[in-house]
Amino acid sequence: MKNPIRLGLLCLGLLCSMPSLWAADIPVKDGESIQDAVNKASPGDVVLIYPGTYKESVYIDKDNITLRGVVEEGKWPVLEGEGKRNDAILYSGNDFTVEWLTITHYKGNAIMGQSGNNFTIRYNKVIDTGVYGIFPQFGKNGLIEYNVLSGIEDAAIYVGMCDNVDVRHNEVFDNVAGIEIENTRHALVENNYAHDNTAGLLVFITPGLPIKTTFDVILRNNFVVNNNTPNFGAPGSIVSKVPQGIGIVVMAADDVIVEGNIVSGNKTAGIVITDLAFITDISSDPESEPNPDRLVFLDNLMFDNGADPVAEVKALMLTQFSRTGPDILATPGSAQEQDNCIINRERYTSFGVKKWSECERKNTSDVLSYRIPGGAPSEPVTATNRTKLLYQGICAGCHAYNMRMIGPPTLAVQALYRNDAQGIADYIAEPHKVRPDYPAMPSQGHLSPELRKDVAEYMLKVTK
Amino acid sequence: MRALLSGLLLLPVLSSLAAEWRLSEVCPAGFRPEQGRCYLQSLYGEYASLQDSGVGGLKTGLPPLREGFTPQQIDLGRLMFFDPLLSGDGTLACSSCHQPSKGFADGRGLSVGINGQLAHRSAPSLWNVGFLKRLFWDARASSLEEQMEGPLYSPIEMGNSREHLLKSLNESAAYPALFKQAFGDSAISLDRIYTAITAFESSLVSLNSRYDLYANGVHEVLNKDEIEGMNVFRSFVARCAECHTPPTFTNQQIAILGTPEPDGHAFDSGVQAVTGDASQRGGFKVPTLRNIEFSAPYMHSGRFETLREAVAFYTGGRGHAVPEGEKLNLHWHIWEPNLTDREIDVLVAFLKTLSDESFMPPLPSAVPSGLRPVVDVKPN
Repeated sequence: MKNPIRLGLLCLGLLCSMPSLWAADIPVKDGESIQDAVNKASPGDVVLIYPGTYKESVYIDKDNITLRGVVEEGKWPVLEGEGKRNDAILYSGNDFTVEWLTITHYKGNAIMGQSGNNFTIRYNKVIDTGVYGIFPQFGKNGLIEYNVLSGIEDAAIYVGMCDNVDVRHNEVFDNVAGIEIENTRHALVENNYAHDNTAGLLVFITPGLPIKTTFDVILRNNFVVNNNTPNFGAPGSIVSKVPQGIGIVVMAADDVIVEGNIVSGNKTAGIVITDLAFITDISSDPESEPNPDRLVFLDNLMFDNGADPVAEVKALMLTQFSRTGPDILATPGSAQEQDNCIINRERYTSFGVKKWSECERKNTSDVLSYRIPGGAPSEPVTATNRTKLLYQGICAGCHAYNMRMIGPPTLAVQALYRNDAQGIADYIAEPHKVRPDYPAMPSQGHLSPELRKDVAEYMLKVTK
Repeated sequence: MRALLSGLLLLPVLSSLAAEWRLSEVCPAGFRPEQGRCYLQSLYGEYASLQDSGVGGLKTGLPPLREGFTPQQIDLGRLMFFDPLLSGDGTLACSSCHQPSKGFADGRGLSVGINGQLAHRSAPSLWNVGFLKRLFWDARASSLEEQMEGPLYSPIEMGNSREHLLKSLNESAAYPALFKQAFGDSAISLDRIYTAITAFESSLVSLNSRYDLYANGVHEVLNKDEIEGMNVFRSFVARCAECHTPPTFTNQQIAILGTPEPDGHAFDSGVQAVTGDASQRGGFKVPTLRNIEFSAPYMHSGRFETLREAVAFYTGGRGHAVPEGEKLNLHWHIWEPNLTDREIDVLVAFLKTLSDESFMPPLPSAVPSGLRPVVDVKPN
């Protein structure tokens, strides 16, 4: 062997460059705290949660953390809110995964995201909990699959202001809304079983939010059956205005494709397409475009819808001399316009689709997923990144390398301190005026001594 | 003889006054120079936000900032901001209602304008104002330039007129030279006045609070109560973050809350008065919560003296303060959170972690008009 030491070092170098090898499994047993494990975890780690009852809320503010339940002989880890805790799981980091948990009795949401790209939420049971079950917001590239949710007073699965999400193979029942796609783009909702909700699947624009569009949504191959539960949404909530007995609602959303769904037994209507005038008692938002544009209605199996419609729908249908609700209802206004299209319209009972054009597109078989190949951008914060981030974000606002800004040039600081990082670290905790022709420096004493030393060392090495 | 002597003594003073003013050549704290213009340097510079909305969670990018002004423009704006020459009678400056020591607000429910007249609403804080798409509580202005015409020319605020403003600046000894430094020639136009003041206002950036450190991975800077407060803040029970969304802690939308007016005051119809849209009755712009600790009292009329009272409003019950006979389209997130006393306390503790005045601008000890700069107004 030519040079075993060199070869050994090469292997070591390769090993060190593979972060997953250093990732840890952190077990949590009944009686222990999931949050403690999360606090200890580093990006790449998996928190393994064993069967038991966990009475806590868990917050994940770091990247690339997985919460994975361990199910043993039918026994699940259960997050129990006891009706007094706010949310079960709240994440803000990228690359978050949560799976194989049972969540029940929380007041707010079961699983909520506030930004965070590349999320995976699957194989969870969410029962009798909160306002929303699964609620990612402001996330890009997500997967919500194989979850079962019931007993929720607003939406079981609520995708809010996200891009590129697949929602598939979930069962949602006994909720007010089964699955909601709100102010979101590029969502694929397929193979879900939505039954016994007030309304099964909803795709819409909520006015008054900072991201204002919903477009490019596919509702495909879902079972949307018997959604006739009386509305038990909270007074004042938007969902409380949804009439019972509707399979699918499309409100103001654009470029929605409805294909291959089995929609039956919904007593008001199979699918309702409407504009923002549908929701009353809400402050208008002139920047929300209210019209549902370019709906594409392909082959769906619809039957037995409209057996006992709510009063408003009954009134509409009476104008067509019918006493039952339709498979397809387009409310007066832009929902009835010809930018929407349908194929084989003669199969369905309908209202308001006479002007709809004939679809050119016949199927969505070219779309396998709406997620982004390779994922959405997400760079985890490591220790070196963190120091650099602090330097760039705070120090560089006053110190440039070789010119005067509000503070002296970094070069001058380097010359003054030479290798004395500790000296800088001490100074910035309690800065005193050194140069009369510069303003006073704000104290960085709220940073720990270690952090100040890290940043000081970083500053001494800056070269541009 | 005495007159001649005093005249001689005055001469060097006068000439040095004219030579005294030199606008800053470096960008203010937090801004780096690029080809002679100043751009924000912040912890959030590398982050994206969904659909470039500038809202989201902890590590989310900022909305666009009014930036790219020269150091001289910013500095000229700073001097004018504190200069009572800009009011009709030379007694009030912008800083009379936007006082540095009071979070660039004025510590009053209703501000006091010229001749002691009361304004109609509470002066908002100017921290981070450069990120806002719309200005005023009722969102009626869509730029800082448009906004400043409000107080400048309002007969109950600064009581000035365009003609008088231009005249005073043009006739002042020092300003023409300063405009030359900032704009290349000494022409003083309304546009240039507004540009300079906008440049200064948008340099008031506060993004280095302890919350910001936490958000960027330095978790040790918040204590347990503050973290608990942050978790209540973003919970779906209190729902604060649904409208006061990070990183600016506003989603910049209009919201109808049904907050009470001060006793004896008529109902403020908010955005309805601007748009005529009855569905927006009682609607106001969601303000930022950064530096909120310094800008009491709270809401459009300053009805709440303390943070605790402002927070407690949201758990008082949906519509509990809406006057008899009023019907408002209350925001759907105003519901029954049933917050405990402890939750309210930790929420207040968290709100105080949003404080950061490290980029407080230098406060002038003199202004170009020779009048006394308005800095640290004593409370009435």
